Order: sequence, then C-alpha cells, then structure tokens
Amino acid sequence: MNSAIRSGRFALACILVAAAVFAGARAIGNDYVFFAGYTVLQFVVLATAWNILGGYTGYVNFGTAAFFALGAYATVFFHKFYPLPVPVLVAIGAAVSGLVGLGMGYLTLRLRGAFFAIATLALAVVLQTLVVNWNYVGGSRGAYVIRPAEVPGLSLPYIQYLFLIMLALAVIAIATARSIERSKLGYGFATIRDDELAAEASGVPTLRLKLIATTLSGALMGMAGAPFPYYIGYLQPSSAFALEYAVNSIAMPMIGGTTSWIGPLVGALLMGTLQQVTTVTISSAVNLLIVGLLLVGFVIIAPNGLVGLARRASSQR
Amino acid sequence: MSYDLLLNAVMAGLLLGGFYAAVTVGISISFGILDIVNIAHPAFIILGSYIAYILNAQLGLDPIAASIIALPVFYGLGAAIYQTYYLSFEKRGQDPLRGLAFFFGILFITEVALVLEFGVDYRYVQAGYIDQPWHIGIVDLPPRMLVPCLMSLVMLAALQLFLTRTFTGRAIMAVAQDQLALQLMAANPIRIKRIAFAISIATASLAGAFLIIIQPVEPSMGRDYIGRVFAICVLGGLGSLPGTLIGAMLLGIVESFTATFYGPSWAPAVSFGLLLLTLAVRPMGLLGR
Repeated sequence: MNSAIRSGRFALACILVAAAVFAGARAIGNDYVFFAGYTVLQFVVLATAWNILGGYTGYVNFGTAAFFALGAYATVFFHKFYPLPVPVLVAIGAAVSGLVGLGMGYLTLRLRGAFFAIATLALAVVLQTLVVNWNYVGGSRGAYVIRPAEVPGLSLPYIQYLFLIMLALAVIAIATARSIERSKLGYGFATIRDDELAAEASGVPTLRLKLIATTLSGALMGMAGAPFPYYIGYLQPSSAFALEYAVNSIAMPMIGGTTSWIGPLVGALLMGTLQQVTTVTISSAVNLLIVGLLLVGFVIIAPNGLVGLARRASSQR
Repeated sequence: MSYDLLLNAVMAGLLLGGFYAAVTVGISISFGILDIVNIAHPAFIILGSYIAYILNAQLGLDPIAASIIALPVFYGLGAAIYQTYYLSFEKRGQDPLRGLAFFFGILFITEVALVLEFGVDYRYVQAGYIDQPWHIGIVDLPPRMLVPCLMSLVMLAALQLFLTRTFTGRAIMAVAQDQLALQLMAANPIRIKRIAFAISIATASLAGAFLIIIQPVEPSMGRDYIGRVFAICVLGGLGSLPGTLIGAMLLGIVESFTATFYGPSWAPAVSFGLLLLTLAVRPMGLLGR
C-alpha cells in the first residue's frame, strides 16, 4: 500500500515536471524546440524501454529499430484504412510490438544471452525485408502520411500535439520502469541478470519473467514508433529501421547507467541533446561517430555509467 | 522450372557458398571457439574491401595480393582488440552484456568512419579476370565468383591444417575446452586466445578482397552479413571449420534459389530466417557437439 502511494506520488511528480517542460517549450515559442524536443523524448522512451529488458534482466536487444518500426508501420497501415487519432494509434503500436516481443521471447529466450542478441538483430532484418516487399505500406519507396496543420477541436499546432504525446509516453515509460524496479517483478529480473541458473533453481519462474520483460520493452518501443510517421511525414523502411535507433537505445542506458531508471533518462537527455547540437552544427555522420565512441569508451572505462560514477564520487566524499 | 536454370542456380549457390565460408571462418574462430561474440566482424570485412580498393586504385595491385599484404595489419588490429577486450571485460569478469555493446560500438564506429572517409558511393576494383564470362557447357562459371570461391577453399584448408596439425593450432582448440589444463601444458591461454582472435580478424582482410571482387561495396553493407555469418556459424555447429563450409554452401544454395525464383529483394530475409529457425529448432547446429 505504502509503495502504491509512493509510485502515485512519483507519477504525479513526473506529470508536474512534464507540464513544466511543455510550458517552458511553449514560452520559447519556436517550432524547432518542439521538433528537437520530440526526438530527444523519443530517445528517452526507447532508452527506458531497452533498459527494462537489457538493464534489468541482462538480455541485450539489438532490434530496437524493429519494434520501433513496427509501431510506425502499424500507424501507416491503419492510417490508409481510416485516420484514427494518434493516442489510439499509440495503443495499437504498443499492442503489435508487444505481441511480436512476446513471440520473439518464446522463440529465443531459451537460448544463451549471446544468441538472443543475434536473434534480435535477425528479427530486425527479417521484418525490414517483409516491409520492403509489402506494397500496401509503401514497400521500398516509402509512404506519405500527411500531417494536419492543427489538431481538430483544439487550437494546438500539430507538432506541439505530437510533442505532448511523446512527453506523456516518456512519463509512462519512466513510471513503469521505476515501479518495476521497486516491485517483486524487478527483484525477479535482477536475479535473472545476476545468475539465471541459480534463480531458476530457487524457483524463480525465469522464462515467464523474461517474457514479461520482452513484451513490456517491445510494447514501449512500439508506442514510441507509432506517432513517428506523423512527425516525419514520409516513412521509408531505411529511416524506420535505421541502425541509429539500435545504437542509441543501447548507448544511452550504458552511458547513463543500466541499473536504475535514472540512467537511461540521464543518458537519453544528454546524448539526445548532444546529437541535436552536433547534427545542426557539424553533420549527422559525425554525430553518430561520437555516439559509437562514447558507447565504447563508457563500457570500457565506466561500466556503471554516469550514475555509477556519481555514486562512487558521493560515497568517497 | 527448366533444367539449366536449376543447374545454374545450384552452381551459383555453391560458388556463393564458398565465398560465404571465407566470410564466416573468422566468426567460427572468435565466436565458435573463443566464445567472443564479435558482431563487428562484418565491419572488418568491409574495411578489408576498402583497403583492397585503395591499393587497387592507387597502385594497380590485384585485390587478393593487396589483401595478403594487409594481413599483418589486420593481425595486429585483432591482437589489439583482443587485448582491450581481455583487460576490460574477460579479466574483470564483467557480464557479457558489456562485451556485446563494446563490439556493437566498434561495428558502428568502423562503418561511420568509412562513410566519413569514402562517402556512401559504391566502390569497385579492377582486375583482368573480373569481367570475363566463362562457361562449361550450359553452366555459367564467372571467374568473378570462381576465384574468390577457390581462394576461400584454400584459406579454409590452410586454417584447418593449422588448427589440427600444429601446437599453437591445437592449443587454440584446447583453450575453448579447458584453460587450466592448457596452462598445465605450459601454454599461456591469454596469448593463445590473442593469437586466435588476431587470426580471425586477419581472415577479414582476405574475405574483404573477395567481397569487392564479387560486387561493388559501400560502408553499410556489413550489416547484411551479420545475419549470414551467424546463421552459417550456428547452422554448421559452433567452432567446426568443416561445419562452417557445409553451412556456407547450404546458405549459398538457399539464397541463390530464392534470388532466382522469388527475386533478390527477399535474399536478406533468407539467412536471418534460417538463423531464427536453427536457433529455435536445433541450436547446436548440424555438426554440433
């Protein structure tokens, strides 16, 4: 009961912070802030989602792009059918990616960790090939999704609306991650990360826990992908399945720290902002090079990320 | 389905398979024997292609000769990477998660560095035999495919002899099974592993030259090979070079059939589909222990 109240308080605090962020962005009054902010928030969701599987249970997912793209393509699919409101599309994206995450878990989670990682990479390529060969969603040519100028009913520019949705998703992702951490589920995940065999032997239902983790993580990634076609306006397989998503969603938690919800958040905010700056001032290729170098540097030098460094610094004092 | 189309598809598959064996043999050593999940291997192969390209374009060297000249460089690179990997992960007993992220980062850095240096244009090499057609009866045997395939078989045979007939080679096979026993035989397991990993990266130099002979190369192409190499490696059974060859030939034939009868745009899904299937049904592979 006590923990439920605390989670409630935490969610409330998140919502207040989110409201302040939105108010702040509106006060600046420049559309670019919303475009850049959307990307950073998208990375917050992806990094947090990745960390639920990767950080808590220790299973590396290289297929972030696949789950993200599934959400995006679910939107394209239904958009051609009937233009549904974005929150509904987000729910659909979550359902589709969550189901694929569950199926993928069933197929591969009996394998050793490394095989799981390779299989997720395989999944991304198989799905990309399917989409490239599927004409209904645009095939290799891509598909246009025209973004309305304003939200009908509310006098809110559409990009601000999308920003607001991504902000809400970030709150949902972080609140989910934090409540997992403090629950029985989180302790179960941690036993898998530390010693799966011992956990299994002491009666932890490891397979079921892992399936919960893949489903949740996949669903959150799909949610992040669902509004993407509206954001970008023209969705191509190569932009939805970009390796950039896989690298970033691994690099951000690794740089921030994988053991708690703060790590991916800090990592995504820092790296996301840094990338926006370098993309504008230098070039997007250089920006990706920086991400790769930081990822390698951090896993070698600071295995517990910035959060680990901060903890060590405060305990030494 | 006509008879000569079928025969040509099989032949093209075998030639392709021979080349795939060269691409995979490095992974068979690093992942199969040493248990190091080097997903950056395909990126090193692309690096090998670009080195063959530079030496070919600047000095007019034959791409395969160029890759043999580059062998020591790749060997040194491999040794350096293993040393970093060992000091940062194996020695500290870090969870494999970080090792994976490390190689993923290297894959990414190599690819982006190549994009920054050469752009995303396709590059190709020139050699006398590349453009020539060649037939036996109704079967096409383009030297562009035949030369890499034969050279790859030579490389595999040499590696197999090395691993089974020399002290160092046998020590490499042994290090996978029992490090302590190896130490008792007065061999330093870390040194043996470093040699083995360096050899695995050195094979990427040759495989890169084969690749750029077969088709024009651009930096992000390595990703398509990640699925292929692991599919072959798992299919053939980890750490077995004959298994690698069989797995490579199988994948070559399946891909060639898919490309001939369904269209080349489905080819990437074949290897990964096969990999997912193998992992789900028979994770120890065809010749697995």
